[in-house]
This record gives sequence, structure tokens and C-alpha cells, in this order.
Amino acid sequence: MEFGLNDSQQLLRDNARKFFAAECPMALVRKLLETDTAHDAALWSKMAEQGFTGIVSPEEYDGAGLGKVELILLMEEAGRALLPGPFFSTVVLAGSVLNSLGSAEQKKKYLTPICRGEARATVAMLESTANWDPTAAQVSVAIGKLTGEKLFVPDAAAADYIIVVARNGVYITGAKAPGIQIAPMSGMDLTRKLYTVRFDGTPVEKLGELAGLSPALDLATAALAAELVGGMQRTLDITVEYAKTRKQFGKPIGIFQAVQHQCADMYLETESSRSAAYYAAWTLEVDAPDSAAAVSIAKMYASDAARTVGNRGIQVHGGMGFTWENDLHLYYRRAKSTETMLGDATFHRERLARLVIDSAARSAKSA
Amino acid sequence: MDLNLTAEETRLRDELRAWLAANMPKDWSDWREKPLEVSFPYLRAWQRKLQDGGWAAVSWPKEYGGRSASLMEQAIFWEEMARADAPPMANSLGLGLIGPTIIAHGTEAQKKRFIPKILSAEEIWCQGFSEPNAGSDLAGLQMDARLDGDHYIVNGQKVWTSYGWIADWCELVVRTDPAVAKHKGLTVLLVDMKSPGVDVRPLRQMTGESEFNEVFLRDVRVPAANFLGRVNDGWNVAISTLMHERGAYGARLHLLFKRNMDRLIELAHTVQRNGAAAASDPLIRQKLAQCYAEVEIMRLNQMRAFSRITSTGTPGPEGSILKIFWSELNQRVQQVAQELLGPYGQLLAADSRAVDHGIWSYGYLRSRGNTIEAGTSEIQRNIIGHFVLGLPRSY
Repeated sequence: MEFGLNDSQQLLRDNARKFFAAECPMALVRKLLETDTAHDAALWSKMAEQGFTGIVSPEEYDGAGLGKVELILLMEEAGRALLPGPFFSTVVLAGSVLNSLGSAEQKKKYLTPICRGEARATVAMLESTANWDPTAAQVSVAIGKLTGEKLFVPDAAAADYIIVVARNGVYITGAKAPGIQIAPMSGMDLTRKLYTVRFDGTPVEKLGELAGLSPALDLATAALAAELVGGMQRTLDITVEYAKTRKQFGKPIGIFQAVQHQCADMYLETESSRSAAYYAAWTLEVDAPDSAAAVSIAKMYASDAARTVGNRGIQVHGGMGFTWENDLHLYYRRAKSTETMLGDATFHRERLARLVIDSAARSAKSA
Repeated sequence: MDLNLTAEETRLRDELRAWLAANMPKDWSDWREKPLEVSFPYLRAWQRKLQDGGWAAVSWPKEYGGRSASLMEQAIFWEEMARADAPPMANSLGLGLIGPTIIAHGTEAQKKRFIPKILSAEEIWCQGFSEPNAGSDLAGLQMDARLDGDHYIVNGQKVWTSYGWIADWCELVVRTDPAVAKHKGLTVLLVDMKSPGVDVRPLRQMTGESEFNEVFLRDVRVPAANFLGRVNDGWNVAISTLMHERGAYGARLHLLFKRNMDRLIELAHTVQRNGAAAASDPLIRQKLAQCYAEVEIMRLNQMRAFSRITSTGTPGPEGSILKIFWSELNQRVQQVAQELLGPYGQLLAADSRAVDHGIWSYGYLRSRGNTIEAGTSEIQRNIIGHFVLGLPRSY
């Protein structure tokens, strides 16, 4: 039993950290959040050169063919850097759906350009009911045409393709297909923009059935947990640094236990989230029987922890923490958006309850 | 990253499982509720049986009768013991904390004299660390030891001494040099508890039982050769004992928590709430799921820590999060159990209507001690703040 990273995983993590530090500094993040899409074409092609855009996709589609633990490490680093733009939507969300549902031909058509960094995509799930259960979708496709409205679609304006979860299956269409109207929603997170997407008789191509979505959604959910871990780690690092240098009463505020204990709790919550996210990735990699539970555990814990880590970090910063100039609120905003995406802690606790409480009743009855 | 057992780990687990299946006493359920004073001979016999099977001290080096087990293997050992619901070993402090300290710091003569009898439970050990005025500030302890010829004369009081009432020997931390800075004047003495002047009294705790003792020493004569490690270097010796407190034993705790969790889920299907099974109540479902998740994360944090210790060679201050996590988690779980059971939750073992023989009312009260014993949550957070995060020392 070994729960550490192997050499190549450490190398990947270190390289990603260096890459984002050099290519995606906070100055760029702050510049991009003022733009319409937060997408930067130059940064995107550099990520493609690194192989990031095809990290878990098979080599036959020009992907890097790496494992799910590697994806989680990359997402952690992306979260630490607060990487703006459609990386999650394209590579993780749409990429995973294409990987699990697409035919070989569809993968060649849609996945290969994503891996090469030539195309971006997203997945439209939620409707006005805001239910993350894919079977709750109401929009439907008749004779190859889709009509209806999707909400909270990440990065739709940067996407070349939109995957749609409909009542009768999962479909894909070009973002400029007839009848599509994309309009921004004003969300808290300025680095990953949300949109409404309206379809009016839009021609779509079927990728597969709803039942086949869960592996892709589980991987994307675990990846979000990892992204939260990266954001928490950065929030902790910034806060500890501040506590060492900011002086009040003639002493660095980090000497006071009220401040130290906030930092200690941030550390505990960050590390615990990391344990859960890494484990979830591993269960998905080896297809362990408890993978669905592990994913929900990771997302529920990290969703709550990212919020409390942010709360503590801002509090330790005092007045500085409440300014626009300080970076913490940018992480805090992302954390709120990621917290709700693909189900918040309450959603995943209920999902876990179905897995572990209701199954206990079933096994008791059958015994 | 590979969370599956290795072939070697599987072999160890299967060997232990087979041994336990053949050797677990069948009558443990008749004994477990009895007071420790009554069941102690039973637990001694059980430890001897484990020793005969080579299982009493798996973490110890082979040359001292152990198996040189890795941390992961130790975790597997404790998990299997808990899974089999095996009785505890009589000499748990001797095996878990004091034996390893003697192996690390003792002279050959001391090892030869003490180690075999720790293994066989012939001599039971206790730990004399805390004092009424030295809890979190352990290095401020005052027990006075003065050299008088070839003996130390020891005076003072220890508190929170587990097994004091039955112990034959004590790992006692004393002040041998009051003139130097407080960490520097301490020495660890190995003290015969039958020595004249040693007075052991029960300490009644908030659960009503007495797990611990107060130990008074009045002009107790200890042979001067009975120091462990070096004179006035007792702080380092004591720290190495405390480090063992956070070892693989946590794997056993995890399994106990997991068992509590499984039982709570089972109870949720039978206990009523607002006229229906509690398991269908959305709030109870949320709370149980949260506890379930955290019990799992406790396991994952432990496994990550074991892997880190295995690769770095030493347990680091990061281990403090394990202590904070399990102790505060148990308090949360016990509170959820109380909410689930409603008015039945408060019933003590003596009441015929008590759920599960009163383990939940007991667990609720006992869990308050979790965030205090073996280093309070506040001290653990100080350790993280200073030693892990590099914040300035607050005291």
C-alpha cells in the first residue's frame, strides 16, 4: 500500500507548477478576468504544447494518454494558479464525456482537435431547475433538432463545440450552429464565465445515452475537488506569509494563537481535501468498487473546506483581506463557483447517503 | 500511488487472519464488560498467546521478538485485530510506547532485563509524565529527584497515569537539575512501582470510571543506574515515547470509528423520527453522510501520513492533524448518535432500555477526553502553526 506520488507524477506536478507560475501569473489572471471570455489564445497554445489539453485522452487522438491521478495533479496546479478560461470545460468536462461516450469517429472529429489545442468545448447540463442529476434534463431532441434553454454553462462563448445533456441522450453541436444564442450570466467567479445557451431547432449529433455519463461526470467532479485543493493551498500559503510579515502590537500577527490556529485549521482542511481528492482519482483509475462514494466524499469535503479556508484566510488578513487588490477574493469567488458545479456538498452528501445508507437497508433485507 | 495491499502485506494479513480465526478466545464477550481489575489476568493470558504466535509486538525489531513490520503492516495488524474484535493486550503501554523507547535509548543490560517481560506481560508498565502543574507544558514538570549516593530520592506527584494501579514499572520523567532551563534538567527513570513510598490512587473521571490514576511518590529510592538514555536528556527520551503515541495504532481507531458508523447507519433504519425511519429523514441523512465521509478521510489522511513517514524515515509534526482530526471527528459522530437516538441516547448501561448497552451515552461523555488526552487540540494546533507552517512560537 503506497499513498504517495511516484517520480513521474512528482515531475508532472512540479513542471505544471513551474509552467503556471511562469505563464499564468496573477497579473495575467487579473487581466483576463476583465475580458469577456477569460480565454487567452496564446496561453492556450502553450498549454497544448505541454500536452495539457490532451492529458487523459488516448494517444490515437493525439492525447498524452496519462492516468487520472495525473489529471488530478494538473487540476490541482491549475487551481493553485487560478487558471482562467475553458481548461476545465474543454479538457476535463467535454473531454471526459467524449472519451466515455463518443464513437471512434466522433472522437477523431471532436477529441483530436481538443487534444491538439485547436478547439474548445463545454457541456451544457443545468436548466432552470438547477438539478445536477443528468436524468432531470427536460430539453429534448426530436428528429435531430434541439430546442430549449440551458443555464450556467461554463465557458460557452469560448467553445467551438457544445455538448448538451438532453432528456433522451447526450448530443453535440457546433457553437455556431443555427438557432444557438449564447448570452453571459454574471457570476461571482470572474475567471470561469457562465452563460445561458438557447437552442431553437438546432441540429445536433447524438453521442450516447445518459446512462453512460457517470464515469465522465465522476472524473470531472474529482477534478473539481482537486482544483479546490490547489486554491486552498494557495490561500493558505498567502495567508501564512502574511501572518509572518504583518505586524501589530509590535509583533508579527502569526505569533498569536488565535491567528495560528486559523492557519492550522486551514492546513488540516487543505490536507484532508487533498487526501480525499487523490484517493478519488485513484479509485477512478483502477475502477475500484467504491469510486462513486470516493468522488462524492472528495467533492463534498473540498466544497465545504474551500469555503472555510477562504473565510479563515480573509479573516487573518483583516482589512487587507477585504480589498479588491488582495488576491484572496479571486480564489474565494472561484471556490464558490466550483463548490456548486457538478453538485455542492449537500448534493454529494445525499448521493453518498444513497450509496451507503440505502444500500445498508437493502443488504439487511436480503440477509 | 497504489492503495492495494502488496503481495507481502496480503500475506501478513492472511497469516494474521488465519491465526486469529484459530486462536481468538471464544469467551471474550463474557469478559469484555467486566472491570479491568477482574479481566486483567484474562488479558495477560491473551497477550501471552499473541506472543507465542509472534504477534505481540509486530513493530519491534526481529531481534527483540517483533516482526520489524512497516508502518503499513502495523496498520494492517491493528485493523485486523479490530476487525476480529480481539481483546486488548494487557501491557499495551509497555508494548506500544515504553518498550520501543527502551529499545531506542536503553543499555544492553536494560534491554535484556526489561524487554522480555514486557513482551510476556509478566511486568506491566505505566507512564509517569503529566503532573497537576504540568499538562500541556510538560517540560515544566516538577517531580524532584536528588542523587543520594547510588540512589535518586524522588518526591512529587504524577497524574493521568493509565494502568498505575496494576503496573510493576513506570517510565518516570523527573527533574534532576532544577538550575538549568526547564527542558534541559529532565531525566527518565525506570522505577519499580513496588518501591516503598509509591502511593497509587484512582482518579475518577467524568464518565464515572477510573481509567487513570494519581501516583504520589514520597522519598522513593531509585537505583542511580536506572536512568534511560542520558541524565538531563530526559526531554528527548520522553519525546521519543510520545512520538510512538501517534503511530499505526490509529488504524485501530479508524476501524472502531468505522464500526460505530456502520452501527449508526443500521440504527437509522430502525429508529423512528417524525413517524418514519430516521434513515429517510433528509437532515439525518446529511449528518450521517458527513460523518461517514470524515471517517473515510481519517483513514486516507493516516495512509498518506504512513507513506510519507515511510519515505522520509521519521514521523513529522504533520502528524498533529491526525490527532486533531480523529478526536474532533469522534465528538461530532457521538453528537450525531445522540441526535439519532433522541431521549434514548442519554440512557446509561444500567438502564434496560439503553441502546447497545449504553455505549452511546458512554461514548458521548468519553469523547470529551479525546481532544485533551495525548496532546490537546490547542497544543496540536500550536505544533502545526510553529513546526509545519513556520509561524513564530507563541510561548
